[in-house]
Amino acid sequence: MSDTTISQGWFTSLANPTRFLALSGRVLPYLATAAVLSLLVGLYMSFAAPEDYQQGITVRIMFIHVPAAWLAMMCYSVMAIASIGTLVWRHPLADVAAKTALPIGAAFTFLSLLTGSLWGRPMWGTWWVWDARLTSVFVLFLMYLGLMALHKAMDDPARAARPAAVLTLVGFINIPIIKFSVEWWNTLHQPASVIRLDGPTIHPTMLYPLLVMALAYTLIFFTLHLMAMRNEILRRRVQTMRRQAAQAIGGGR
Amino acid sequence: MIALIKRDLAIATRSGGAAMLGVLFFLAVVAVIPFGMGPDLNLLARIGPAILWIGALLASLLGLDRLFQADREDGSLDMLVMQDWLSLVLTLFVKSLAHWFATGLPLVLAAPLLGLLMNMSATSTGAVMLTLLVGTPAISFIGAVGAAVAVVLPRGGLLVSILILPLAIPILIFGVSAAYAAVTDPDPFWPPFMILSAIALFFAALGPVAAAAALKGASD
Amino acid sequence: MRGPMQAVATKLKGRRGDSVLFEDIGFTLGRGEALVITGPNGSGKSTLLRILAGLLGADSGTFSLLGDDGTALPVADYSHYLGHRNAMKRELKVSENLAFWQSFQGAESGEGMPIDEAIDQVGLTGVAHLPFGYLSAGQQRRIALARLLVSSRPLWLLDEPTAALDKRSDRLFADLVRAHLETGGLAIAATHQPLGLDSVRALELSGIHSTVSDGTWA
Repeated sequence: MSDTTISQGWFTSLANPTRFLALSGRVLPYLATAAVLSLLVGLYMSFAAPEDYQQGITVRIMFIHVPAAWLAMMCYSVMAIASIGTLVWRHPLADVAAKTALPIGAAFTFLSLLTGSLWGRPMWGTWWVWDARLTSVFVLFLMYLGLMALHKAMDDPARAARPAAVLTLVGFINIPIIKFSVEWWNTLHQPASVIRLDGPTIHPTMLYPLLVMALAYTLIFFTLHLMAMRNEILRRRVQTMRRQAAQAIGGGR
Repeated sequence: MIALIKRDLAIATRSGGAAMLGVLFFLAVVAVIPFGMGPDLNLLARIGPAILWIGALLASLLGLDRLFQADREDGSLDMLVMQDWLSLVLTLFVKSLAHWFATGLPLVLAAPLLGLLMNMSATSTGAVMLTLLVGTPAISFIGAVGAAVAVVLPRGGLLVSILILPLAIPILIFGVSAAYAAVTDPDPFWPPFMILSAIALFFAALGPVAAAAALKGASD
Repeated sequence: MRGPMQAVATKLKGRRGDSVLFEDIGFTLGRGEALVITGPNGSGKSTLLRILAGLLGADSGTFSLLGDDGTALPVADYSHYLGHRNAMKRELKVSENLAFWQSFQGAESGEGMPIDEAIDQVGLTGVAHLPFGYLSAGQQRRIALARLLVSSRPLWLLDEPTAALDKRSDRLFADLVRAHLETGGLAIAATHQPLGLDSVRALELSGIHSTVSDGTWA
């Protein structure tokens, strides 16, 4: 009982924008350092990994590609959770979180599409095929861009929050489709080899660099997301202050 | 007049990103095609240029209704229409040009990406880009006429597309045939491309004058 | 200020749809004179102003500006029209809006005042860097008035210029018009706001289907 009240108190204090700014300011340097370090280690391990006997050196693209695709989905999941926060608790910070995750998620999605395309050219002989996995990720990319356009179309962030949250949740249907597309349909894209019930099927020399890269990507995501949230909070404060300044000039009205 | 270009471009990039919306629509329309046609790469490569052109045409029509509507809503249009005949024509030419910069040019720049998705060859994609570069201004200029006619109507958006689509068909015909001529061997590329350029120049001259006439008449 | 000596209207007739709003309107305004158009709603005040601005065609009659040497000047280049709406973009800063109109309407008839000075004149010092959409309705209207100052045109055509303004801003508006008239400008305004000026003439439109009650000045 007391445990939950403490955690709730901690949570609500975090949800206060001013405390959030202070706390995130303290956490950010460590987070950023960890992100950079793990990225360096991950990149080193990726290049130290042996070449694949079939794919040759192009297999190294996978260390960039696979975590990017994971993060593309995770970012959308973060947005979906934040959207629930917007709709249920109407907390302004939830909206900030959902909005600022958008460009980051779009960037990861684009990165996974781009690297997949670069890999597909030598392996499949084409830049792009319309199979279920690729198409569903492309749809995810379109949804990111669409949501960004929705936010941009409203000059008052408070009014964009709820419609964007509803749309985000509806679009969440796509995430399981992406995940299971390679199993539901017979596609060119290979099935999952890391996250599956009977354990990973790839060799440890490949698996460890991949996992370190995934950790690095996750840390990068949270670093960027925290920074973007801080910016968005400050941007909204500036906007409010400018509106107040406008009202104060010339006797208002 | 440079001030007008600057203002219209600033508005297009700052609010709602009209440019981005057009490109997104373009992206979405083209991406839907493989769902309907099936993902046969050879088929997609064959129909690619036509699909890209149709997508670009629809995307350019999409933003046209805002061309004068926004100015009408805030009263700016009165100031533009008040001018004498020649200045008004020049103003509308400049506005159409700014509209193309904000909505047409991004479509041209997005074309290579979509060419990739449609499995088109580099030559084919280049040809589509070149024809779009010449063809999309023509759509903006002739579209200005439709936008001017529909400006007084409350829901002019759909009407603009209906009015302009028939007029834009020649642009589509010669744009697509030039794009195909670049990749299919016996067909010459230059004749349809020259006709497309001629249409673009003709519409650049005709569009602003006709739009001016429509706007002067509309305020009656 | 260079510009017209006279604004002359003769036998103007305007209609909305099939109903004649007014006919046989005639007046002559010289430098430093203002004409205030009054009348009930629907009596055609806006229509008359739009006809004068050249935005609507008159059924019959003419309106012209005559220069110092008696030649006709293009009304479009020598007059400011301020309609019900402010002709400003919400997305752009106040200064950007005014800079646009300054360069767009910078007429042959002379230099306007700098943008900052115009904003000072309407009593909104400090809003230049704010987006126009952030301002309240009254502030927006005052910026719309500032547009008349940044490029100098001798004839002002004002349609309900004091809509959305409070008492204090009303006086500010009257001061602006007075200053304009003192520099040799002309103004025609549809307003119920007393301008507090001696050189103001009044024209009353009495309503639909009627001629002007008093063809000359009240």
